[in-house]
Amino acid sequence: MKLTLKIWRQRNAADKGRMASYELDDVSPDMSFLEMLDVLNERLIIEGDDPVAFDHDCREGICGMCSLVIDGTAHGPQRATTTCQLHMRHFKDGDVITIEPWRASAFPVIKDLVVDRSAFDRIIQAGGYVSAPTGSAPEAASIPIPQADAHDAFDAATCIGCGACVAACPNASAMLFTAAKITHLGLMPQGQPERYGRVTAMVDQMDAEGFGGCTNTGECTSVCPKGIPLETISRLNADLLKATAKG
Amino acid sequence: MSWTYQKIGHMFRNVSSVSRSTPVAAPRRPQAPSTAALPRRLYRSSVGKKAVMAVTGGILVLFLVGHMLGNLKVFLGRADFDHYAHWLRTIGEPALPHRVFLTIMEAVLTVAVILHMWSAVSLARRARQARPVRYAVRPKAQEHRYATHVMRYGGIIILLFVIWHLLDLTFGVVNPKSGGAEPYDKVVADFDPSRWYITVFYVIAVVMVGLHLKHGLWSAFQTLGWGRQRRYRGLHLFADVVAALLVIGFVAVPVMVTIGVVK
Ligand code: HEM
Ligand code: SF4
Ligand code: FES
Repeated sequence: MKLTLKIWRQRNAADKGRMASYELDDVSPDMSFLEMLDVLNERLIIEGDDPVAFDHDCREGICGMCSLVIDGTAHGPQRATTTCQLHMRHFKDGDVITIEPWRASAFPVIKDLVVDRSAFDRIIQAGGYVSAPTGSAPEAASIPIPQADAHDAFDAATCIGCGACVAACPNASAMLFTAAKITHLGLMPQGQPERYGRVTAMVDQMDAEGFGGCTNTGECTSVCPKGIPLETISRLNADLLKATAKG
Repeated sequence: MSWTYQKIGHMFRNVSSVSRSTPVAAPRRPQAPSTAALPRRLYRSSVGKKAVMAVTGGILVLFLVGHMLGNLKVFLGRADFDHYAHWLRTIGEPALPHRVFLTIMEAVLTVAVILHMWSAVSLARRARQARPVRYAVRPKAQEHRYATHVMRYGGIIILLFVIWHLLDLTFGVVNPKSGGAEPYDKVVADFDPSRWYITVFYVIAVVMVGLHLKHGLWSAFQTLGWGRQRRYRGLHLFADVVAALLVIGFVAVPVMVTIGVVK
């Protein structure tokens, strides 16, 4: 396949940045999207150009490092799929593909397509944990958990912290990410002691990082590679309002 | 519960190819229970502001339902409609002095509108600051919900309409009849066939309110913590039905006057 790539190039955080255009002649439909970028980068290196910086690590959809807004959609056109798991067979010969970084003031661009997502780390640090001393693993059945709660908590726990929810949200809100952790821990008996302090601290941190507020548009869920459901946000709202009422 | 363990902070992301330039701030301690008054605690967070919007929006919806039912009395004739309008001023008498109940209602609605808009403006500004650089390719809306995307601009149109509407049928400033005229006369004069453009304006504004509520009603449940996957279909249906009934009910009066059914 022949492709035209329009890629955001930005030398560093201070650089203004611009879109640059590249032609690729020999793209195999079996390549992953990132492999396609690898091919471009090999060529750029040979030609003495600066390769395009983009985030990636596991390339198997589990680490949350890869990103990219592809033709206006975070993680590209295939639902419930990370960019690293997206394959070029979803594109056609002659396509023009625009590739941009996540856009949010809380995710400043470091270089090209790489953004700094440490705001997410700080939200987790503010309360996304349980303060349990970790000795040896307890007897498995010693804490009974209803099946439905276990399922919902597990669904929420599959968030890989990629930030696509923020990238897709018209308000650049981090609610889906934060709500996934609130839901995960809030449904577990182990999460109860810190439940209300956690939600207040995490929402405070989320606001302090400069993310926008949620307006329930649902864009986040539809791009989330893990399909984190919108109801997690309502669970967060319920916990925050309870915490606020308690003072 | 001791907070010592949280110093550890759970890093959950691999830092790969590019080293991070921003240092990770020291973990923050969860706040000591806040002693601030409830309104201030609510207003501190983006979620709290949204809840203010949901509750005030809910008050306004209840008002709209009552207002619409009252309007429909036009179809029962002049006497019924004017009698209803006078009754509004006498609710609670003789326990309450004349017009006190109505004045309280007006005050509650005014405060609700102000808080609702204040939250909306503050969250809209936060959202604008949260995305200073726009996408070159306009993000494709995955959720094709027109109503969701016209909440802010639609809200402004609704506000302008409410101002016009008060000047028109409440104070009579822009009405062919004076402010002191009988309500029925004001309505009939307002939507006279020769003034069809006023009717068109009302219809557009009411449809905007309907769109606002199609998203807003559902959204309010979600904001107040009742949204669950298994309830979403029901909540959307509820919002759509209430919005549609309100639109039909509100549009009926001006349209029927303009086409001459109500004279
Ligand atoms: C008849 C008057 C109005 C009624 C009945 C009404 C009702 C509602 C309701 C029920 C909500 C849902 C709250 C939530 O999402 O939790 C809402 C949201 C909202 N309203 Fe209104 N509203 C009215 C007027 C206005 C006005 C005048 C503005 C103009 C600034 C406005 C702007 C908004 C915005 C921006 C939202 C949030 C949208 C979102 O969640 O995406 N509203 N409204
Ligand atoms: S909620 Fe989904 S989109 Fe958001 S960070 Fe987690 S996995 Fe990524
Ligand atoms: S590179 Fe690990 S999820 Fe894509």
